[in-house]
Amino acid sequence: MSFASHDSATRQSQGEAITPEEIASSDAVADEATARYAMILGDDALMLSQRLSSWISRAPELEEDVALANIALDLLGHARFLLTYAGTAWGKTEDDLAYFRDEEEFRSCRLVEQENGDFGRTIARQLIFSTYQHQLYSRLVHSTDPTLAAIADKALKEVQYHQDHAAQWTLRLGLGTEESSRRIQDGLDSLWSYVEELFLDVDPIPALGDVAVLPSSLREDTLHRLREAIEAAGLTVPEMSGAYGSDRTGRFSEQRGYILAEMQVLARQHPGATW
Amino acid sequence: MTSIDPADSGSWPLWEVFIRSSRGLSHVHAGSLHAPDATMALRNARDLYTRRNEGTSVWVVPAEAIMASDPDSKGGFFESPQGKSYRHATYYTQSEGVKHL
Repeated sequence: MSFASHDSATRQSQGEAITPEEIASSDAVADEATARYAMILGDDALMLSQRLSSWISRAPELEEDVALANIALDLLGHARFLLTYAGTAWGKTEDDLAYFRDEEEFRSCRLVEQENGDFGRTIARQLIFSTYQHQLYSRLVHSTDPTLAAIADKALKEVQYHQDHAAQWTLRLGLGTEESSRRIQDGLDSLWSYVEELFLDVDPIPALGDVAVLPSSLREDTLHRLREAIEAAGLTVPEMSGAYGSDRTGRFSEQRGYILAEMQVLARQHPGATW
Repeated sequence: MTSIDPADSGSWPLWEVFIRSSRGLSHVHAGSLHAPDATMALRNARDLYTRRNEGTSVWVVPAEAIMASDPDSKGGFFESPQGKSYRHATYYTQSEGVKHL
């Protein structure tokens, strides 16, 4: 497996970035704990991708439609890598894991499952999650698991842009009109109780050592950067405690079932269908 | 929003996008897009016009800042060089004794 990417000083190459197919066909097999970790990260990316793709044809402008779709596709790519790798532990494909797991088998956090709301709320969610994800992947590139490190390396470049996109919009909405500022502040307020869940050291992460990034180790830097971005936009960092039941099991998630119903219906009604 | 003019119904201004595909080449017009300001125009250009590794540099220019020639103008504007072959190097014969031309 070659994960090298060669860009010259004068031209960006087509690139030799890692692909999910390479992971599937490689000898890399995740052990049980690593697979469960990859599934946590993959499920977050998959759920947010599914949510964001609902903006297609509904964004405020055509250009923003494309931007959100791009981000959704990047996240879908991350999910494909991570679920493909997770599946190697159990002889399952990415599709098995995405389409044929039930609600309580997913490990996504509630933040990414929240409804899009208006554009302000979506940008608030993007700001929180991409800031967290940027911190996460910039550490995961040092994972002692070479496949996870390669996936993080590929994803990091994309997440940098997601973070920038969200921060730019946060500035414009926050410093825009009274209405735009109210809307993104409402978005932040309605989502903030789901932030703490991102930093919980859920199983099996503490046992993975240098293979994984301990979520609690991301808390300080992530919150610091969020505070900077929010205050730069003249907005207020909400002060509220985290919502209860934050353990990624879905037992306390209202939204997950609805997302899965839409995402999985075709694959389940027509198993093996291709399009 | 208190926009009343239907011609300006709150839509974003138009920007022209120029992309340089590789160092040493010129920026070439790639297309146009809408964006609320220059910073976002650059990001939208990145999303719309560099999806397949087309660029190493992007310029965005407010469309209204471009003074364009009249697309219908031919005659006096574009055709007067016709017949002025002395403006081409090939019009001239090489002088004797000039070796490296």
